[in-house]
Amino acid sequence: MASTYEPIATTTLGSAASSITFSSIPATYTDLRVVLVGTTTATANCWLTFNSDGATNYSDTLIYGTGASAGSNGHSSATKIVLNGSGNTNTSTPTFYSADIFSYAGSTYKTCLTIGNGDLNGSGDVNCAVGLWRSTSAITSVILTAGSSTWKTGTTATLYGIKSA
Amino acid sequence: MANTYTLISSNTLSSSAASVTFSSIPSTYTDLVLRISSRSSAGAVQRIMNIEFNADTTTKYSDTLLTGDGSTATSTRESAVTIALIGYMPASTATANTFGNAEIYIPSYNSTSSKPFSSATVSETNATAAYIRNAAALYTGTSGISSLRITPSSGTMDIGSSFYLYGIKNS
Repeated sequence: MASTYEPIATTTLGSAASSITFSSIPATYTDLRVVLVGTTTATANCWLTFNSDGATNYSDTLIYGTGASAGSNGHSSATKIVLNGSGNTNTSTPTFYSADIFSYAGSTYKTCLTIGNGDLNGSGDVNCAVGLWRSTSAITSVILTAGSSTWKTGTTATLYGIKSA
Repeated sequence: MANTYTLISSNTLSSSAASVTFSSIPSTYTDLVLRISSRSSAGAVQRIMNIEFNADTTTKYSDTLLTGDGSTATSTRESAVTIALIGYMPASTATANTFGNAEIYIPSYNSTSSKPFSSATVSETNATAAYIRNAAALYTGTSGISSLRITPSSGTMDIGSSFYLYGIKNS
């Protein structure tokens, strides 16, 4: 059977970092998937950007649950895509993030589905968002930032490539 | 490059079962993915689907749930519980022949610290009792996960329910 789910790169931080970047992503896959498990030095909202594009080319629509209430919001003409909208990162208990990025090497705008789930045994929240990057460029780099905080040592992120054939 | 999304084990029920267990999970992967199609025999429209690890039934689990039922979204939480709620499955009074689906992602399952995990479950029945649920969950056990067990909150899981456990390597 053909190999269709392959690790492209993985990073485990040896020291705290404000962002984790996967660069020089080959165009040989159909979709990308990013998985991150980690902690931050302070509670933070976490974000996703592509190709170091800091312009207002992003938007997202989010549904979230806090354990007590549920809601939905979104961002238009933003400079990044949300991974978690409620600041559910923690300094000691790791939280889980993923991003499925579809048709990343194509020449149409890029959509992605992000998850930011962090349960902290009494707090935390569930986040699921659809994101859009209005660019016709192929995605060659993915950047995961911890907002105004930093990812702590031991945070691990992996980029996978998925082939449709 | 190696394919790293590998089937570890599967179980399709040929008779109803009160639980499904995957044991002796090898530690050679980075993450685990469990994919489920299931239905409960309980006399209700739906039943809770729970998961426990390493036969650990102490209060090391917690979860935060986000639910949509087609008209409203709600969120609930459990703290310091003996089993984690990961979603729901249709039960005996739900539309016949409908099964719920779930994907549970367990990253860094060999970690010796607390392990977060995430689930997405759906049960569409062409009726008012249809749900989509996402859960953030936490297991604070400090041993690597070598077994996991899926149970409904009551009753059994029907014939035809299927469970597939995959391992993912990040290198």
